[in-house]
Amino acid sequence: MYFILVSIGILLLGGLFSFLCDHRQNLSRALGVGGAVAGALVAAVPAVIVLFGGIVDPIRWPWSMPMGSFWLALDGLSALFMLPIAVLPALAAIYGGAYLRGFRGKASLGASWFFFNLLVASMVLLVSARNGVLFLLAWEVMSLASFFLVTMENDRPDVRQAGWTYLVATHIGTAFLLAMFFLLGGPNNSMDFDKFAAGGQGGVIFLLAIIGFGTKAGFIPLHTWLPEAHPAAPSHVSAVMSGIMIKTGIYGLVRTLVFLGAPAEWWGWVLVGIGVLSGVLGVLLALAQHDLKRLLAYHSVENIGIIALGLGLGVVGLARGNTALAVLGFAGGLLHVVNHAMFKGLLFLGAGAVVHATGTRQIDQLGGLLKKMPWTAATFLVGSAAISALPPLNGFVSEFLIYLGSFHAVASPTGGAAVPALVAIGGLALIGGLAAACFTKAFGVVFLGEPRSGLAANAHEVPAAMRTSMIALTACCVALGVLSPLVVPLLGPAVSSATGLPLETARQHLADIGRPLTWITGGAVILLVVLGGLALLRKRLLAGREVGQAGTWDCGYAAPTARMQYTASSFAQPLTDMFRLFLRTHRKGRQVEGLFPRDAQLVTHTPDIFHDGFFRPTFRGAGWLMERLRWLQHGRLQLYVLYIVLTLLVLLVWKLEPSLTAGR
Amino acid sequence: MTALLVNILLPLILAPLLPGIINRTKAVMAGRKGQPLFQLYYDLWKLLRKGAVYSRTTSWVFRAGPMVALAAVLTALVIVPLGGSSAPLHFAGDLILLAYLMGLARFFIVLAALDTGSAFEGMGASREVTFAALAEPAFLLGLAALAKLTGSLSLTDILGGLTWQIWSFGAPELAMVAAAVLIVFLTENSRIPVDDPNTHLELTMIHEVMVLDHSGPDFAFILYGSAMKMWILGAILVQIVLPGTGAVSPAHLGVSLAGMIGLAVLVGMVESVMARLRMVRVPQLLLTACAFSVLAIILVLRRS
Repeated sequence: MYFILVSIGILLLGGLFSFLCDHRQNLSRALGVGGAVAGALVAAVPAVIVLFGGIVDPIRWPWSMPMGSFWLALDGLSALFMLPIAVLPALAAIYGGAYLRGFRGKASLGASWFFFNLLVASMVLLVSARNGVLFLLAWEVMSLASFFLVTMENDRPDVRQAGWTYLVATHIGTAFLLAMFFLLGGPNNSMDFDKFAAGGQGGVIFLLAIIGFGTKAGFIPLHTWLPEAHPAAPSHVSAVMSGIMIKTGIYGLVRTLVFLGAPAEWWGWVLVGIGVLSGVLGVLLALAQHDLKRLLAYHSVENIGIIALGLGLGVVGLARGNTALAVLGFAGGLLHVVNHAMFKGLLFLGAGAVVHATGTRQIDQLGGLLKKMPWTAATFLVGSAAISALPPLNGFVSEFLIYLGSFHAVASPTGGAAVPALVAIGGLALIGGLAAACFTKAFGVVFLGEPRSGLAANAHEVPAAMRTSMIALTACCVALGVLSPLVVPLLGPAVSSATGLPLETARQHLADIGRPLTWITGGAVILLVVLGGLALLRKRLLAGREVGQAGTWDCGYAAPTARMQYTASSFAQPLTDMFRLFLRTHRKGRQVEGLFPRDAQLVTHTPDIFHDGFFRPTFRGAGWLMERLRWLQHGRLQLYVLYIVLTLLVLLVWKLEPSLTAGR
Repeated sequence: MTALLVNILLPLILAPLLPGIINRTKAVMAGRKGQPLFQLYYDLWKLLRKGAVYSRTTSWVFRAGPMVALAAVLTALVIVPLGGSSAPLHFAGDLILLAYLMGLARFFIVLAALDTGSAFEGMGASREVTFAALAEPAFLLGLAALAKLTGSLSLTDILGGLTWQIWSFGAPELAMVAAAVLIVFLTENSRIPVDDPNTHLELTMIHEVMVLDHSGPDFAFILYGSAMKMWILGAILVQIVLPGTGAVSPAHLGVSLAGMIGLAVLVGMVESVMARLRMVRVPQLLLTACAFSVLAIILVLRRS
């Protein structure tokens, strides 16, 4: 367990010295990146030990904080989250070292590295903390460190606005968490995790956790900060935030389920409902976006939905005593946490590479980047296929587990959990189809065809450090997919600690799905062999024959231009129109009129209906209410003193009243 | 060994026959002589002997598209049983792999279309992903109803377990699933009423317009892949409608093959008597398919 402390120490020292050496750019960068990589690698060691069935001794020291001890431990659940917390930031840091060169002179890079390492350290602490106060401390440090990372370019008003939204959202979430921990720690008057008790308030605590942790995770309708904050942050930070930081919300939620013990069935229904809602609306909102990073941010909402769907099915399975469904649901949801960290990290790094090369995030300004940036394009393609859950990549495996659990629940003669399972099947199928639509759009319009602007035409491949990280994450996506028969059994300890089922039961059920997974890998091998065969066949057929070059067939039109290509907005238009009930896309512009039309234009913008329809009016209302209380705040010191005296008096009476009545 | 022969070799040889039968049916209905039954075989043979022309806009994605699509569809073929025998690859949940392999094929055909930079191919690609997103829930929910009816999770067991007995008490829900799968079949294979393969205007096409720029062996791969996709979905549909006895028999295989021919004739007749729907009506058709699947499931669940 000292690994964790050493890791946090390295991370903090690396960050601190990077900040102190800010004036010496190269040294500062080396310290920041080196600290992040070394610290993360050290943190990965105990996680790997636990995942392979080993045990890591916990640390439990008395400390001066009230209610409990300084207690760190790693169980299967913590270890599962610890692994991506170690891998993704390490790769993102290597990438960031090169990416941030473009920001020289615009912002303090040392400070950025300080907060980056602080963010990683807080996440390492968060998943190993076994005390409520320590947990909330790490939670708050994590929120603040990421806030400062989001607002690195704080000279831009949109970035400041995004940071502000994020800060408010995260603290609303924390407020609910405070209440939740208060309820959990109340019965035994201790904040240590082993002393937590629901005290008959299970339902309330669950709902507080949904709101508190859901705000961080990005459950709809609490997701509104994500599409603001992710695009504003530098891309390697977006990768870490979207890939793994929002997953700490999922970690907290699962950990709370562990505290609460045997769940009620409606908790599972709530999670399934949130999952389908977040999944479908997340991907629909993503389809309507014109900004590449905003699109990816909405996809995080979608994937959090898929995770919630898996967890929800697991909870229903637990409540109904259907252990197969419980194990498959939790295993699918938890594996998707890891998988999403890999492919979403990869996609954000890819988007960052595009921004680095072209200076724009507007999808409709891009095009034809594959020829300029072959490595970025190839890795982004793998990421796109993985997030669309296409076999044989990793996204397919975790969704397959959730599907399989659902089909089990539907087909089992005992029945029961069939309805949520069917919701999951229909929801996943729709999400999968829409995600494929969204990523053919994103990859196709950004990387294929002809450049749509000078920005895209003058693009260049990114430096080797950035490529290395993207290639490493691509390798992870492929390996987690193709080697799934070896990967899934490692989920045993995590599923066991998340569900409270014995390790043997979890392992048994996971071994049962070993056969399907082996066959899926078999299918992947067939796919690759057939593909290789076809490639050879095509090569032999075309050898020695005439292979010509020509313009694209445009129905005989002789002078096509790049601006005649289909744009991302047009590509998504049939789907966004079909679901206009949820999207409310605004259109502005002049129609094409007459035989010889003058210039026409069309501008579309899809607002976030939850942001504009719920949060903005709510906060405006809160502002109006506060305005009504302004008369209290008049600036007269004497009256302020009077307030204090009155408050003290009231407290005194309130405190004395029981003893007075008792003494009577 | 016979299973391998029946499940793999037979479809590999016979799949290109289906479009031939459809076209012959349409010709007969219209009072024409029509093209030869084996026209697609001639086309494939001709294309495989030709060189190729590539647009200067395209990249390796365009060249990889047809190969990946055909490889994915051929892998999917390994999961589909025929004539009561088990498919070479069968395991719990193989139907999910089947659906997503089809998705993989579509993903790469769509990307190849976008790689040409043509507005027409972009249009086709956009329509393809739109309709596929709605067809997928209908297909998987329909299969979920069948999974519940037969109590099994692999395509081989589901289609093998569907016997006349199940039809005798579960006719309404099986008919509804069959209707849903038929709509998915027509959508995924770009047939009327969703898409008209014989249309001559690029603006109104879906699948055909996406593959305008492919030529030579690449185009042969695409045509063969499409025929194979039609075979796969057709085989599933036919084995839902014409269940076996639960045992392997040449008679059942014969019935299934006759069913495939019957399906092709049916598609030809549909194309002869009705026009393509307006694009904006297609989602309604697909929602109908979803509704059929959901209704079938409700009926199945009520029975248990």
